Amino acid sequence: MNPMTGDPDLGESQSESSPSHSLRHAAGPYFGAYGGRWMPESLIAAMDELSETFEAAKADPEFIAQVKDLNKNYTGRPSMLTEAKRFSEAAGGVRVFLKREDLNHTGSHKINNVLGQALLAKRMGKTRIIAETGAGQHGVASATAAALMGLECVVYMGAEDTRRQALNVARMQLLGATVVPVTAGSQTLKDAINEALRDWVANVHNTHYLLGTVAGGHPFPAMVRYFHEVIGEEAREQIIAQAGRLPDAVAACIGGGSNAIGLFHGFLDDPSVELFGFEAGGDGVDTGRHAAAITLGRPGVLHGAKSYLMQDDDGQTVDSHSISAGLDYPSVGPEHAYLADIGRVHYEPITDTEAMDAFSLLCRTEGIIPAIESAHALAGVLKIAARKIAAGAKPEETVIIANLSGRGDKDVGTAAEWFNLIDTEAKDAK
Amino acid sequence: MSPVSKSAAAIAAARAEGRPALICYLPAGFPDVQGTIDAAVAMAENGADIIEVGIPYSDPVMDGSVIQAATVQSLAQGFKVAQVFDIVRGITERCNATVMIMTYWNPVLRMGVDEFSRCLAEAGGAGLITPDLVPDEAAEWMEASDKYGLDRVFLVAPSSTEARMKATVEASRGFVYCVSVMGVTGARAEVSDAAAAVVAAAHAAGAENACVGLGVSQRKHVTEIGAYSDGVIVGTALVAALRDGGVDAVAKLTAELSGRTVNA
Repeated sequence: MNPMTGDPDLGESQSESSPSHSLRHAAGPYFGAYGGRWMPESLIAAMDELSETFEAAKADPEFIAQVKDLNKNYTGRPSMLTEAKRFSEAAGGVRVFLKREDLNHTGSHKINNVLGQALLAKRMGKTRIIAETGAGQHGVASATAAALMGLECVVYMGAEDTRRQALNVARMQLLGATVVPVTAGSQTLKDAINEALRDWVANVHNTHYLLGTVAGGHPFPAMVRYFHEVIGEEAREQIIAQAGRLPDAVAACIGGGSNAIGLFHGFLDDPSVELFGFEAGGDGVDTGRHAAAITLGRPGVLHGAKSYLMQDDDGQTVDSHSISAGLDYPSVGPEHAYLADIGRVHYEPITDTEAMDAFSLLCRTEGIIPAIESAHALAGVLKIAARKIAAGAKPEETVIIANLSGRGDKDVGTAAEWFNLIDTEAKDAK
Repeated sequence: MSPVSKSAAAIAAARAEGRPALICYLPAGFPDVQGTIDAAVAMAENGADIIEVGIPYSDPVMDGSVIQAATVQSLAQGFKVAQVFDIVRGITERCNATVMIMTYWNPVLRMGVDEFSRCLAEAGGAGLITPDLVPDEAAEWMEASDKYGLDRVFLVAPSSTEARMKATVEASRGFVYCVSVMGVTGARAEVSDAAAAVVAAAHAAGAENACVGLGVSQRKHVTEIGAYSDGVIVGTALVAALRDGGVDAVAKLTAELSGRTVNA
């Protein structure tokens, strides 16, 4: 049980699967054949310190109370569960509910994890946090937590991303963080993680690496999930209150997989609930330009964890591609690799085009601009709905929850370009 | 009975001459495959006891900018992992140096730990140095290295606890790689004081051979560190020499590091 959220007694479903077979609280370091600690010895002591601090904090009512208080009075939890009625009509009449992580402070689910880890950093006596970021959501959230708690913050970001996301760079700087453009390797999220790890090795005495997803060596996958479990626990309670029953399906986008694992956590032990993770299919999985690590990857190790990995025949990491910087990661959290292998969660790719169509649909039917990451989950919902209806399900009796993991303000530039809303002649004339 | 260790034999031979073993690193395929072999042979002819050939990898988290630039170039030129065995064979055919491979773990996993080990042994290699593999995750490698008689060099660091130091020393064969500083590869003006403590801890944990790497770039480092360790490992300085002055510069620096005159 997660005392942070009160983890309501799960009633009917809990009796269906014995606690010993529960999938909800996998502690690591291993998730089936995945997870572990494939990383330099220099960092093992810090990982041990983090594990011990995390385990002690989970058992400390004062820590639980701190997190609860921050979630309620700083982040604005619980986040709403909104029934998207006009979007539902476009999805063939099924009932679609959106878990509104976009309404959290800083605009995404990322804040749940950074507040928890920043508290742990303080407990360890660390004065400095470092983080990686792709589009900037996790970097902004980390800079926010650092400002709130009086910690120094350095964010590593691919040089290409610092140019594309100049506004988010400015946001981080306004919050007092230093943003370091990473020019090594492919200059993407994975290289930002490499650079953060190099910093951590050299500064581990006073520095906590605030990893932003459920990847990395133990305890990161289990720990980051713990701080996001609140998403699924709230959603389960809310859907029972609002729809009177459990959903038929739950959908989330998958980059590293933190928003997804948080939402899935609430339903993993409910066998009637189908779980879907939607990976970035980029230009299409047959083009080679995608980020569908589970769909097309093979097991390997990267950044400390064994998991599905996009790699060539030599074991070199292959560059991933997605219109969504937040999903543009060539591996995936090890718990997802395990859930894929045992068949509990279905993972499918969504192309850039499918995601952007769903992005536009949500804007126009609900007045909500989603993050492009989250638009992958919305596109997935349209597919799930169509399949269920084709299989004879009554639309009005079909309930689907999608995680709206973030808001789309950061993506307005990308979307404007995609939909040709920018006057290119004027731009060229400059 | 554990197999005879080639790297331990090389270190013992140096010790018999009253000096620390000199272990020299260079990346495979830099400046190209033949260039790697030529530079390695020059190292061996100028005092290197052990050659450490690094496999270029897409995500080298323990390497600083000089080695990263060299491995990026090698990969961009199309280097394939299987070519490292040609390099090992090319070196061992031309000189008596003990040759080891330094590799991040995923390329080994991809090829298959047993198959990789078999190829390395066939090429005449002595074993592996594994910067991102800790003994905790090394069950497959322990088995394969025993099967093919290969050395397994794990790293220990200033941050390693006594228990981890002991477990790592026990898992290692040949020598243990003592990281001199909390950081990544790269030449430094002074070698950290932490190095002596790490070596002492490794010896106390039962290591016969404890060698020091990271930041070692000059003859004075070799003599300083050699006073308390069993070997010194030089990487970045040699890669920079190879980059700027080719094989001749590598020969000159290796001779300088080993306290000899150049054998060109």
